[in-house]
Amino acid sequence: MLAYVLRRLAGAAAVLWAAFTVSYLILYLLPSDPVAIMLDQGAGGERVDPARVAELRERYGFDQGPVQQYLTLLGRTLTGDLGTSISSGAPVAGLIADAFPETAKLAGLALVLALVAGVGIATLASWTRAAWLRDLLLSLPPLGVAVPGFWVGLVLLHLFSFTWFVFPAVGNEGFASLVLPAVTLAVGLAAVVAQVLSQGLREAWRAPYVETAFAKGSSRARVLGAHVARNGSLPTVTVLGVLVGNLLGGTVVVETVFSRQGFGRLVENAVTTQDIPVVQGLVVVAAAVFVVTSLLVDLAHPLLDPRVLSGGRGRAGSGGGAR
Amino acid sequence: MSRTPTRAAPHTLPRGLALARTRPAALVALAVVLLILAWALFPGLFTGQDPITGVPADKLLPPDGAHWFGTDHLGRDLFARTVHGTSLSVRAALLAIGVALVAGSGVGLVAGFLGGPVDDALMRATDVLLAIPGLLLSLAVVTALGFGTVKVAIAVGVASVATFARVMRSQVLRVRHATYVEAARLAGSGRTAVLLRHVLPNAAGPVLALAAVELGAVILAVSALSFLGYGATPPTPEWGSLVAEGRDYLAVAWWYSTLPGLVIALFVLAVGVLGRALTREGRTDR
Amino acid sequence: MTLTTRASVPGTTAPAQAETPAPDDPAPSGSLLRVRGLRIAYGDHEVVHGVDLDVRPGEVVALVGESGSGKSTTAHALIGLLPDGGRVTSGEVTLGAGPRTVPLTGLLPDAWRRVRGVRVGLVPQDPGTALDPVVRVGEQVAEALVVHGTPRRAARERAIEILDEVGLDRPRERARQYPHQLSGGMRQRVLVGIAMACEPELVIADEPTSALDVTVQRRVLDLLADLTGRAGTAVLLITHDLAIAADRADRVVVLKDGVVVEEGPAARVLGAPEHPYTRELVAAVPGRNTVPSAAFTAPGQASATNRAGSGTSVSAPGATSGLGAKLVTNATSVTSATSVTGATWATSATSATSATSVTSPTTGEGSAPEPVLLAAHALVKEFRLGRRERLRAVDDVSFAVPRGSAFALVGESGSGKSTTARLVLGLERPDAGVVELDGAPVGGDRATRRRTQLVHQDPYSSLDPRFTVAGVVEEPLRAHRVGNRAERRDRVAQLLEQVHLSPDLARRRPAELSGGQRQRVAIARALALDPELLVLDEPTSALDVSVQARVLDLLARLRAEHGLTYLFISHDLAVVRQVADHVGVMSNGRLVETGPVGRVFDHPAHPYTAELIAAIPGARTAAHPDRKDLT
Repeated sequence: MLAYVLRRLAGAAAVLWAAFTVSYLILYLLPSDPVAIMLDQGAGGERVDPARVAELRERYGFDQGPVQQYLTLLGRTLTGDLGTSISSGAPVAGLIADAFPETAKLAGLALVLALVAGVGIATLASWTRAAWLRDLLLSLPPLGVAVPGFWVGLVLLHLFSFTWFVFPAVGNEGFASLVLPAVTLAVGLAAVVAQVLSQGLREAWRAPYVETAFAKGSSRARVLGAHVARNGSLPTVTVLGVLVGNLLGGTVVVETVFSRQGFGRLVENAVTTQDIPVVQGLVVVAAAVFVVTSLLVDLAHPLLDPRVLSGGRGRAGSGGGAR
Repeated sequence: MSRTPTRAAPHTLPRGLALARTRPAALVALAVVLLILAWALFPGLFTGQDPITGVPADKLLPPDGAHWFGTDHLGRDLFARTVHGTSLSVRAALLAIGVALVAGSGVGLVAGFLGGPVDDALMRATDVLLAIPGLLLSLAVVTALGFGTVKVAIAVGVASVATFARVMRSQVLRVRHATYVEAARLAGSGRTAVLLRHVLPNAAGPVLALAAVELGAVILAVSALSFLGYGATPPTPEWGSLVAEGRDYLAVAWWYSTLPGLVIALFVLAVGVLGRALTREGRTDR
Repeated sequence: MTLTTRASVPGTTAPAQAETPAPDDPAPSGSLLRVRGLRIAYGDHEVVHGVDLDVRPGEVVALVGESGSGKSTTAHALIGLLPDGGRVTSGEVTLGAGPRTVPLTGLLPDAWRRVRGVRVGLVPQDPGTALDPVVRVGEQVAEALVVHGTPRRAARERAIEILDEVGLDRPRERARQYPHQLSGGMRQRVLVGIAMACEPELVIADEPTSALDVTVQRRVLDLLADLTGRAGTAVLLITHDLAIAADRADRVVVLKDGVVVEEGPAARVLGAPEHPYTRELVAAVPGRNTVPSAAFTAPGQASATNRAGSGTSVSAPGATSGLGAKLVTNATSVTSATSVTGATWATSATSATSATSVTSPTTGEGSAPEPVLLAAHALVKEFRLGRRERLRAVDDVSFAVPRGSAFALVGESGSGKSTTARLVLGLERPDAGVVELDGAPVGGDRATRRRTQLVHQDPYSSLDPRFTVAGVVEEPLRAHRVGNRAERRDRVAQLLEQVHLSPDLARRRPAELSGGQRQRVAIARALALDPELLVLDEPTSALDVSVQARVLDLLARLRAEHGLTYLFISHDLAVVRQVADHVGVMSNGRLVETGPVGRVFDHPAHPYTAELIAAIPGARTAAHPDRKDLT
């Protein structure tokens, strides 16, 4: 078990480092000139003072070779310093830290809503014997995956804010302002959860051990509770890390639609102003969120599926390994 | 339940008809996709109105017989703008899929066929790409490349490379270790012959099916980036930016954002239904 | 087994005094299970057309048939677990006698729950997937008790006792393990324990051992016989293996295309079958002396074949002329019959009961006039398992195969026989030792590859689904640039004819062919380059028994016609006995015994060989007509 945890931890650290490297490669080494982009933004299109170019090149390390520059940036990032924003001059780490709590609330609520809806749809569809209800329920996820998130947000805004005046249209004030953005964000996620879970449950219902359980005299409810639910949810659990990462990506659109402050809005601003240090910081933080979620999922996984731990090592181990 | 010899129907013409009979939803989806592709190719056949210049007196009219989707704040016909915007959106989506398909399959093919350390290195790289949320990865590429529909398409494609690489690799591995490939080697076929005659044809099916399924996601991503304002520049019509323009008139003109958005949703839904039908066909084929 | 669940389910007790039921004397009336006119359909497609079936209390009835015969469907209908889309369209099924009779057709879910587990148990087919992978084994056994009212704590204790009764060592520890920590045989024991947990009146065993090795199969069947015998439980045994039916059943019901074609006492049905189909099935059982055709049979053998084969209505003792008897009596003539080509070699082989066993290739060469084609010298192959662990899959294996003969490597899964074949083919490189063809060491080069060809085990995966039959057969010709397009086409037609495939099939794709046809295509491909040595890796294990017989006939004929040499890999000793001249027995990577087939089978020198041979089903009627279990 300890070896398993250590292996996962090392893997997580490696992915984080690699995510930093990839974002560096994209943002600093693609054939565009970062300094030119920065100055375009900073100077608002005026003619650029060569002295300022030189100063910027030095500040961001472009006077060094790419390897040297990469190592400098990496070293700084390891100490928690993500650099400074070009457009505002504020430290990137501070910007992200300020924006994060609002987004965490939004994403957290969305995750809960998505899980409740997704699990509800999948379980009911797998349980019901009424064909029409199952077909209806199973037609919802493809619909949820197909509708653009920004469009859902606008439709909800139109209905609940401008027609019925139930929820505020914009802002970060209070729980009421959280509802519509969270629902918007949850729609796509719930659809994916429902799809993966109902697929998993469908396959589990067909497994031979289900027949064994029925042959013992178990009821449908018991077979679902004792065998199908657990086996059928394994695929969903494994994709949870990716889903939470996508949730973070989704906040870019949702926070823009609802004019909320937060992580997504920060991304949108940084990309619009091509504020490279901020974008890189955000990418690394998003990867970190993914890595941490995946790590938690990986650590919880053996509790659900004992086969993960023994990874092919036969039946020598035995006994109390699983706990 | 012992194995019964599967006698699949001969691969002949009635396949499409059979599909229509067993899956009416797929038929409807096919009709929607064909219609929208026709919009993209021949927009002039579907609307006589000018998508760029409007009649200011007719601004913000609700949908009626003359303006099926209503008009926008400059009095332009929204149906015309949606139809004319199709071409750009669809081309961007196809470019994105093309980038993902070519780059991803290439990586997957090399990794799966060479194996060993090359495989390890390439797969770790795709792990990393999967660790960064897709939209953020696209946004990082857009930041570096700059704005515009083509750059947005490339950025979206880059975000899907990892998915294609994984599927291609797993298919290549499946086929490479298939008994019939070993039989081909024993028959004396060389590596290249095996790759071209057995591995690629058998691995391509599921990868192309993935392309069909991913097309929907790619359309959504392209229109999301356009919605955020990184795509087409006004007044060029494009699906995502049409919805974005309507955002400012949400309180007074519900149709402005709603109807173009509905077209996106319908198209993505239809593409998804078709993609899944194709995947299923491919599976029963074997 | 003790009676823990009886209190909650009154009246399920099979007569407690029925410790030793008398299967020889079943009550003429009073069936436990009565099936009349059972029809089952998937959608509009009817697959079972009015089956009648009776199982008397304590009786073992075998329902035999080939794939597609509807035997498994029937079994599932009896316990109300037809797969999606399947339904009983008409017919009547009742369980129990007298006041405890229950109709099993049209039962509601709640009523089924009071039948399943308590009155009817099921032993499923595949122990690899029939246990829930994420639930502890003990918990899964206990569930069978809990659902019928036993308190959870008592059920857990009882589950440990059951694991002990089915022969698991350290049952308390095993109960806390997960299925992947148990071997296949252990898992099947657990499943037997689950089926018997409530001591039902009837157990339906659906091909309970077809996924297991022969020695494990025997032990599991012994266990089932032992437990059901003690509890007085009747067994409906679904199997495709006539030898198992002959060994284990009191009565046999033969199903073909959803219709019962013959039924009666096992000895009578299998010893003197009346229906042509049953005769065909019995004749197809490997090990029986099937000879390709009269043309290839020496006159002396032909009469012997007729005597044993056409056992028309030999009714009297029944058992002695039964299937098992044939398996044994034919054994010695098999060797001589199949080795027509290497006549001199064959005679030396049959007389080799006295001869020294051919363990070293040089002595083999010395004693036989035919030169050695294939020789393996001290082959070793290791695989890495983990960082430190290594598995010696092949450990110091040497053998020699004279030109024109058939050498069989037998062993259970994991014995290293397939790895040895791959070494011979040059698909794997040995860590030590050398493979020689005609005295020259074999490399991976195309020239030697041309002389050695392989027929794979599974014809469902060895043909590229996108190729046509002609394309498959032509591939080796193209790869070696043999002839021009027209010549290759003629050659393909000729090859298809040689394997008795209609030329119309040339344009079909593998998915449109049956398993036997596919395997013929694979054989045609292997013959395309006129190889000298054919490696046959379990070439018929995926096929039905009648199809298997025809493919084996074809192989024997091809060997005679083309002077081919066979290296035959198999787990099925009955098949080996039929096709091979010499046999090598492998266990844990070592070749423990080598010799002429007749000598090895009749006088095994190594204890493992003896155990393997004793486990071959089909011995009961010959040696001990009365015994049902072999312990």
